[in-house]
Amino acid sequence: MSSNDENEEVIKEFLIESYENLDRLDRDLVALEQNPGSGESIASIFRTIHTIKGTCGFLGYARLEGVAHAAESLLSRLRDEEIALSAEITTALLTTVDAIRGMLASIEATKQDGDGDHSQLVALLHRLQSGQVPAAEAPVTAAPTLAPAPAAKTSNAPAAAAPPPPSVAATRVETAPASPALATAASPPVPPAAAPPASERAVEPAADVRAATAVTDGYVRVDVGVLDKLMNLVGELVLARNQILQFVAGVDDANFTATTQRLNLITTELQSGVMKTRMQPIGNVWEKLPRVIRDLSLSLGKRIRIEMEGRETELDKTIIEAIKDPLTHLVRNCVDHGLEKEADRVKAGKDPEGRLSLRAFHEGGQVNIEISDDGAGLNLDRIRSKAVERGLLSADQAAHLDEREVCDLIFLPGFSTAEKISNVSGRGVGMDVVKTNVERIGGVVDLTSRAGLGTTFRIKIPLTLAIIPALIVTSGGERYAIPQISLLELVRLTGAQVKASIDAVHGAPVCRLRGSLLPLVDLRASLGLAAAADVPSLAEADTISIVVLQADNHRFGVIVDRINDSEEIVVKPLGKHLKGIPAFAGATIMGDGRVALILDVLGLAQAAHVVSSKERSKARRTQGTEVAQRRKQSLLLFSLADGRPIAVPLSMVSRLEIFDGRTIEPLADYRVVQYRGEVLPLLDVDALMGTGGGNWQDEGPLHVVVHGDGKRNVGLVVRRIIDVVEEHLDLKKPAQGRTVSGVLGCAVIQRRVTEVLDLDVMLRTEAGRFLLSGQDVAPAGMEQ
Amino acid sequence: MESIQFTTFTVDGVLFGIEVGAVQEVLRYQQMTWVPLAPAIVSGLINLRGQIVTALDLRQRLGLRPRAAGVLPMNVILRGDDGAVSLLVDDIGDVLTVTPDLAEPLPETLQHLGRELIKGVFKLSGQLLLVLDPSSAVTFQTGRRRAPDDGRRTGAPAPSNP
Repeated sequence: MSSNDENEEVIKEFLIESYENLDRLDRDLVALEQNPGSGESIASIFRTIHTIKGTCGFLGYARLEGVAHAAESLLSRLRDEEIALSAEITTALLTTVDAIRGMLASIEATKQDGDGDHSQLVALLHRLQSGQVPAAEAPVTAAPTLAPAPAAKTSNAPAAAAPPPPSVAATRVETAPASPALATAASPPVPPAAAPPASERAVEPAADVRAATAVTDGYVRVDVGVLDKLMNLVGELVLARNQILQFVAGVDDANFTATTQRLNLITTELQSGVMKTRMQPIGNVWEKLPRVIRDLSLSLGKRIRIEMEGRETELDKTIIEAIKDPLTHLVRNCVDHGLEKEADRVKAGKDPEGRLSLRAFHEGGQVNIEISDDGAGLNLDRIRSKAVERGLLSADQAAHLDEREVCDLIFLPGFSTAEKISNVSGRGVGMDVVKTNVERIGGVVDLTSRAGLGTTFRIKIPLTLAIIPALIVTSGGERYAIPQISLLELVRLTGAQVKASIDAVHGAPVCRLRGSLLPLVDLRASLGLAAAADVPSLAEADTISIVVLQADNHRFGVIVDRINDSEEIVVKPLGKHLKGIPAFAGATIMGDGRVALILDVLGLAQAAHVVSSKERSKARRTQGTEVAQRRKQSLLLFSLADGRPIAVPLSMVSRLEIFDGRTIEPLADYRVVQYRGEVLPLLDVDALMGTGGGNWQDEGPLHVVVHGDGKRNVGLVVRRIIDVVEEHLDLKKPAQGRTVSGVLGCAVIQRRVTEVLDLDVMLRTEAGRFLLSGQDVAPAGMEQ
Repeated sequence: MESIQFTTFTVDGVLFGIEVGAVQEVLRYQQMTWVPLAPAIVSGLINLRGQIVTALDLRQRLGLRPRAAGVLPMNVILRGDDGAVSLLVDDIGDVLTVTPDLAEPLPETLQHLGRELIKGVFKLSGQLLLVLDPSSAVTFQTGRRRAPDDGRRTGAPAPSNP
């Protein structure tokens, strides 16, 4: 396959995509004129033009790019409300759309963007941009002089002559095992923006299957429309199956039951079969990227090596379509902002060739995609000052943001740190679009950045959108579906457990779950069905059912009336009247034919302020200050050899274990014990505190407080565990002259003066060498 | 003179009509799933042969008093650009054919009755037919959780015939 073929493929995709975009532009522009205040329409038009400009830029269509660039500049001013929309502007924009369409037609026919003269149009766009209204100038007919572009002539009737629908809208279906690289798919007729696989969405009537003509090597070309329709039908079948399954429970007929079971099996298999036809390797999208990166890096004077891992990872077609743009945006961003110029890299002592790596892998029913570079990382200070400059934050707010929050700023609409507006980026379009697009398909984007070392974007998306497993719960008399993907566990508290576990932090209910505190949200309250439950009344309840969910890296519990069971549901979008409610992601039809709403876990969390990252980091910041010290804390109390009590914040304790003294083994200067398949180094708290330290082997069972950072654990051997208490910690500084590292201070707990330890500090100092060098390498000796 | 066909229905004793072209079908009462946090006009979601359709209460939209307890509404399913929408009405009437010469100006007394929704009035024998604009009937401020006049308005009866 020559690079020429490859190029043609790229151009074909570009044409299909651009035609779609232009059709949408016509609609959007007209809508905008009717409703000039709509910032959303402007943003949408702006993005469309931006996409066209970006793509034709790297394909080398300078003329087309010039026109799009001028239009984009105009739109940018409209978006920032620096100039107001007027009929002239709309006309000029529509003329631009026609001009672009004309050039596209020319590209389709001759591979060139034509030789029409658009300087008049560009000049007009510039003039409008500076706010000058051309005096009584007739609508400009800057019609490209191209014969094969009839659409361009009718500058005021944009929809009149739309080009014929692209004829390559077909994808290949594998009917025989073959290398995934072969399954190159052309762009589908549905625009990716319509991501939800609305099963009732009308399938394009252009579904004439060209199957008969192209049967080669076990492949059949099938129109994407047919696959979509098939998927919708399977969705309906799954619903019908669910209804029958529910019905069969009340029928006592062995024959009927057996048939139903077969129906059930067949439906499940059919469903997975049809899903498979829609699966495509992510490599299909990636294949376009090296070219993008190459051209871009050349124009920027950078050398970039691209690494790909997991290109065979498969995803549903709708999802592939939906992440195509975000992926390209992210990659361009890495090339443009992330990686440094060659000279700068050499100066920083790095490999002159930058590395950009793409990784994809399945994890827990989701697909993870990572895009990372070894560039300079995000410049946090510049992001801060840019955010202030753009009026997104006050200077004071910006100064108080922590690293993660600063990183998140780049996902805000209208944010860009690029100094000058280039063709690549810098208009503040991009990252917010990335985020919106990924979230629209139920995914999350996050990013980690290390100064000087690079940036990593991580996208987590579901495998498919159409049919998902969900947990059905009841609240306030209605059923709701919770996508299984956000579900961590189910907790049911009864009787005494309720009182013991439910607590309040700043008046908000929390549940004590295995030593950590879980914020609770009452679903009825979140849905406005009841007032927020206060803690005392919760504690009075006989039983509480809690669904533990994960949203955006935060855990929280949702109190529901009843947990029903889990079920495969077909996701259907909500009508436009209900789109604005963040608590719902869609609706589905249950086995009994009734509609149930699907909860949007992230929306729910945000509405309940469980996931306000500001709140959390505020709490984090104040830790160690007086405020935190006065807060009630769970503390583990144990005693030293001389009977002195010691307290450790329970949050630092992973587990409490009892080991048989005989299982302790010596390892260099340490004593270790085999624990859950790893070697756990043990430290004696008495030795650390200078109160002696016993010969453990002889002393029978040993109480060990296990502390870990997730990867490496350390055990602290204590004499006796006394209690777990909840106390307002009023820390006094440790006595002068005697400082053992890791002692936070002392406090009065249970009427005794108790030293409070920071296990993290204490054990890291002591066991640092052991942990650093890894457990298979014995350390040379202890520090102290 | 071209005659126009209307699907007719009554709400609070008033006869309304929507051009037949805009109406997909009419249905008796369907079980609804209530949507919390939704604007008050959204009565719920119904399952229309596997399609999920939002049901809007026309009484609420017109600012009329709520339906009496126990009285079940009927559905007028309208075709829409993005899927069907159901208008909940009191009762379904016949399909009526009227000629333009029966058109009347909007009576002043219509002030309170969602005037912006009424496209025109036809004088039929014995009663008035108010023509509803289907797209404005299903458009409303989505940001509003509850109609501000809810409860205060007692629903003045429709203008009676002269």
